[in-house]
Amino acid sequence: MFYREAGQFKTSYKADQALFPILQDRVGLAVILITAFAVIPALANDFFLTSIMIPFLVFSLAAIGLNILTGFCGQLSLGTGAFMGVGAYAAYKLTSIFPDANVIVMVLLSGVFSAAIGAVFGLPSLRIKGLYLAVTTLAAQFFLEWCFIRIPWLYNYNASGAIEVPRREVFGIIATGAEATPLARYFIVLGITVLIAFLMANVLRGRIGRSWMMIRDMDIAAELMGIRPLQTKLMAFAVSSYICGVAGAMMVFFWLNAAEPSSYSIRLSFQVLFMVILGGLGSLGGAFMGAAFIWILPVILKFVPGLLGFDLAAETVEHATFMIVGALIIFFLIVEPHGFARLWQIAKQKLRVWPFPY
Amino acid sequence: MLYDIFIDPFVQMYQMPDFFLQVLWEGFVAGILYALIALGFVLIFKASGVFNFAQGIMVVFAGLTLVGLNENGVPAYLALILTIGVMGVLAYGVERVVMRPLVNQPEIILLMATIGLTYFLVGFGEFVFGGEPKQMITEQLGLPTGSTAFEFGDRGLVILQHIDIAAAVIAVVMVTALGVFFNKTRIGRALRAVADDHQAALSVGISLNQIWAIVWFAAGLVALATGIMWGARSDVSFALEIVAFKALPVLILGGFTSIPGAIVGGLIIGFGEKIGELYWGGLVGGGIESWLAYIIALIFLLFRPQGLFGERIIERI
Repeated sequence: MFYREAGQFKTSYKADQALFPILQDRVGLAVILITAFAVIPALANDFFLTSIMIPFLVFSLAAIGLNILTGFCGQLSLGTGAFMGVGAYAAYKLTSIFPDANVIVMVLLSGVFSAAIGAVFGLPSLRIKGLYLAVTTLAAQFFLEWCFIRIPWLYNYNASGAIEVPRREVFGIIATGAEATPLARYFIVLGITVLIAFLMANVLRGRIGRSWMMIRDMDIAAELMGIRPLQTKLMAFAVSSYICGVAGAMMVFFWLNAAEPSSYSIRLSFQVLFMVILGGLGSLGGAFMGAAFIWILPVILKFVPGLLGFDLAAETVEHATFMIVGALIIFFLIVEPHGFARLWQIAKQKLRVWPFPY
Repeated sequence: MLYDIFIDPFVQMYQMPDFFLQVLWEGFVAGILYALIALGFVLIFKASGVFNFAQGIMVVFAGLTLVGLNENGVPAYLALILTIGVMGVLAYGVERVVMRPLVNQPEIILLMATIGLTYFLVGFGEFVFGGEPKQMITEQLGLPTGSTAFEFGDRGLVILQHIDIAAAVIAVVMVTALGVFFNKTRIGRALRAVADDHQAALSVGISLNQIWAIVWFAAGLVALATGIMWGARSDVSFALEIVAFKALPVLILGGFTSIPGAIVGGLIIGFGEKIGELYWGGLVGGGIESWLAYIIALIFLLFRPQGLFGERIIERI
């Protein structure tokens, strides 16, 4: 009833292969984009932008990156945090070497470095598979984390060992640093995230994306059908790390303002992996839903006791949040192991047949 | 530079044998403890094909429960028994609430579920016992403290902590007991049957649910022993979680399904890590302990993708 494809005829191959062939999808997407670009900036206050929307978008992008590797190419990775860190440190070095360059370009370039490093750590994936590969990506995680601490060149030899984002202007607007307004940061983060998400939606339905999925479903069969496993896997590692790197750079440049090596620890890797799995492996929309769930839920939980009139210590709330998040993760895995993306599909089917379910 | 890498460390080993022996001993103890954590992983992986990420946090949780009970006035031995009871309840609960509804799901989903369990246990442990590190009740449990020094004529001395010796002895006892349990008892045979083939085991009347609860309980006991030992060496705190990650390279070195593999893998990682850190770590600024284990495992894996003792992976279309 609400979601009907019937009667939408496609008269050309081009129309049939469009990215969003269904009218309702296009309308829905337009509504979401208008909300993101116009309604939220108009209505939201600074707190909402800085502690909910910007981290949510950054994590969504990271989840898209990991989803390409794990969800579409089937290579389990626990090194996401470190690859994000590579992006952040690369962007920091680039902005301090080229202080006059456009900071957005630098952030986008920083992904190239993490792509290169990701491809190097992806090399063992040709021989090592499944959980064994997860452990080799842990090697990347801990080795890179060590590099962030032990190589002072990376943080310009400053005493604190942390990287602090300098003030930079883009087209006359302060984009980074402590004085940048949340609104400016929000627009930059939103722009980059939307751009990369659309780019990936296109890549994933083309030859490259299909070859990734073939490798995921059965790599030997894919090899027999003429997919080169080395190139394909390495490309997945590189693209995934590129996106994670950009997300990591945005995390420090447009959200945190300063970062330490511990910001990119194994915990971050797990957080992103949770977003991917709860959102739905192999689904771009799922990455956004997973990020929303994992990031926004604890923020909300923090305020629930206050609203209900309980006066609890901050520590207690934090511990309870951990418990609730853990329990909810198990709950959702039991209810729907294929993630929110599958729940959304089920909901669409229900809308399609409503009000006559048979 | 080449001299520093290839010759100098060995010269040092020869010139200061006491220091070298001390390093070896440290590596041995660390390896034993890694092996104990890995043992918990192997038990559960063998019987249910679940990669139990929560093993590390179960170690912390068991240690915290023990210390926490003792702090609240429960005598040490009673606290030990109660903790064993708590691990039993935990095992039953996990089997009932997490494992049973997730039968037949892909392994990554099961892995995620155990990570969810990790989050839950972290929150629960901190909620009940508080987040600050605690002192392990070593003396009350009758574990030896103190140390013995061995002298080598005029070439120096090696100091052995009694608690480390106790850890090694307990590890050996535990592995032997598990070996006997697996090979000689009725339940042990059922466990091996489940490990070989779930459906075949079901068809001869073995209850999967019961076996899983037992395996999780056994892993809980291993976690408790590990928790006591690690706790006695440092504090009982959630920092131990990081140590659990070290069990992963141990596991892949030994192969996910092999108990002797876990022990050998643990020792290789323990020795490799300590020797690497103390003789070669200085060249790159130290602290390489945090990742050396993974690199060692990675190198081994490149030559044997299924680990040292793992079952050969055969892929068919």
